[in-house]
Amino acid sequence: MDYLTIIQILDSTVRLATPLLLTCLAGLFSERAGVVDIGLEGKLLAAAFLAGAAASVTGSIWIGLLAGVAGSLAFSMIHGLASITFKGDQLISGVALNFLAAGLTVVVGQSWFKLGGRTPSLPTDARFGEWNLPFSDALANVPFIGPLYHELISGHTALTYMALLAVPLSWWVLYRTRFGLRLRAVGENPSAVDTAGVSVVRLRFAALVIAGVLCGMAGTYLASLAAGFVKDMSAGRGYIALAALIFAKWRPWYALSATMLFGLLEAIGNRYQSITMGDFTIPVQFMQALPYILTVIILAGFVGKAIPPRAGGTPYVKER
Amino acid sequence: MTLTKTLLGAAAALALTSGAALADPAIIFDLGGKFDKSFNEAAFNGAERWAKETGGSYRDVELQSDAQREQYLRNFAEKGFNPIVMAGFSFATALETVAADFPDTKFAIIDMVVDAPNVRSVVFNEQEGSYLAGIAAAYAAKGDTVSFVGGMDIPLISKFACGYAEGFKSVKPEGKVIVNMTGTTPAAWNDPVKGGELTRAQKSAGSEVVFAAAGGTGLGVLQTAADEGMLSIGVDSNQNYLQPGSVLTSMVKRVDNAVYDAFTQGENLETGINVMGLSNDGVGVAMDEYNAALITPEMKAAIDEATAKIISGEVVVHDYMSDESCPAF
Repeated sequence: MDYLTIIQILDSTVRLATPLLLTCLAGLFSERAGVVDIGLEGKLLAAAFLAGAAASVTGSIWIGLLAGVAGSLAFSMIHGLASITFKGDQLISGVALNFLAAGLTVVVGQSWFKLGGRTPSLPTDARFGEWNLPFSDALANVPFIGPLYHELISGHTALTYMALLAVPLSWWVLYRTRFGLRLRAVGENPSAVDTAGVSVVRLRFAALVIAGVLCGMAGTYLASLAAGFVKDMSAGRGYIALAALIFAKWRPWYALSATMLFGLLEAIGNRYQSITMGDFTIPVQFMQALPYILTVIILAGFVGKAIPPRAGGTPYVKER
Repeated sequence: MTLTKTLLGAAAALALTSGAALADPAIIFDLGGKFDKSFNEAAFNGAERWAKETGGSYRDVELQSDAQREQYLRNFAEKGFNPIVMAGFSFATALETVAADFPDTKFAIIDMVVDAPNVRSVVFNEQEGSYLAGIAAAYAAKGDTVSFVGGMDIPLISKFACGYAEGFKSVKPEGKVIVNMTGTTPAAWNDPVKGGELTRAQKSAGSEVVFAAAGGTGLGVLQTAADEGMLSIGVDSNQNYLQPGSVLTSMVKRVDNAVYDAFTQGENLETGINVMGLSNDGVGVAMDEYNAALITPEMKAAIDEATAKIISGEVVVHDYMSDESCPAF
């Protein structure tokens, strides 16, 4: 395996990890506030559909992004309404949203575009272009640094850089602001927050708004990368992001490394159908299953401990 | 989806009870949906062609889940539709039970063999069409590496890959064919992002032409091939128009002909195994105005020669499904 191959695999890792990272951070905000969000998959799908639809109609991916974020936000708010306002079961509401998204996107897509639930293919200028950072062409031929900078660091879409920026931003918001402290507290001990005179409901809705925006970006990224929407195109990425969230122990920086690891595993699996090590061959199916296996290992407590936010999954009831 | 399912179920029930004329044909599409730009859409086009030419009417339904296979099949048979065509190999198990219960109804299943007296099993020699696609790829590629992206990892898809590899190696015996499968679950049919990523990986490994037999995932493959300046080969339906100038050709499976034939024969449907290959226009490579500029005269001549040899039996393309192995891999 030569240096250029490694760079190419890492480049592919970044592309594959971007939607996972955004979705994982979305889950992080919502779960840190005590709202379990199994509906990430549905939000991704709804966002990808609306982004694809809006971008194909208007010819601008930025309008697509707005539409994708709006769709994802709407799903987030339904989740909030069901599980915060009406104190319904968060898991059931999330699962319902996943089914709703899978069905609605196809039915609405069929009635709008008559393409069997697909959106028309997006032309190049209605997709996110690759951003070339300064000097990337000039440096391309410098040995070692050149390919690293030109292939790996430069030349991704705007959303990829936004996703990477979202990591320190999330950390700062969660650990260095009053809002973040309260948000984390609401996920651990909502009654204490309530006693302090801060609205639990408002905080949880705020967390869901952030989650909705991040998921909307992730969905738009998928639609832009695949140049349009195809039914069920999220292909389980919402669930992998959820696994990454557990793997990351609900922390932003760990979320970055977990999603990058999962992206790397997928990129290696894409590049090599099977890896031969001496007499031993690792089949590609094993690589594809590895994220889930790792998550189970973490959950079982073999490697460190993943302790979810204590109040996660339970609606807050003011008085008993 | 629960809501849509209920609505669709209600609509289907309503449609079925509204009393169709007896002995209209019916068709059941598989989970890909009838506008998948690929397999199911080809079946739909065949049915539409029949309706337009004969002025007849037919009933169709798209599955929403695996559990509905036997349900719709039984329902259609009870309502007296005849013949009932199923687009897809996944209907085999359901058909085995239902066919025995309705001995007077004729069934046709595409892509699978079901052994019953009232069933017509339409199978395609995909390896023959894929062989031609492999020859086209060999002539289009400057180097000696081409690639294949499959959907779900099943023997049927390996059959495409094997024929493709054999055709390619008939021109470039020392060449290399990179074969990737998208996944092992049905989600692999609808993951254009992963399809695109596989295509990029194949390009960095040197591939110049990619053949996608992967349903909705293939749309991502074709798109990425166009983005990255590669050539691609579509599948099932003619997909040349999807990325003009980048799609070298499409390995078409004339599923439309299979459906059209079955509908035309009506209640007197000929049962047994019906093999659609190069010799009876069952498979082939699509040539139209969208790929005319990409087809060189030598390529065309080589394809025509191979077609003639396969029809005459001089060249026999290996069928992966006969022994689950491929000499060209």
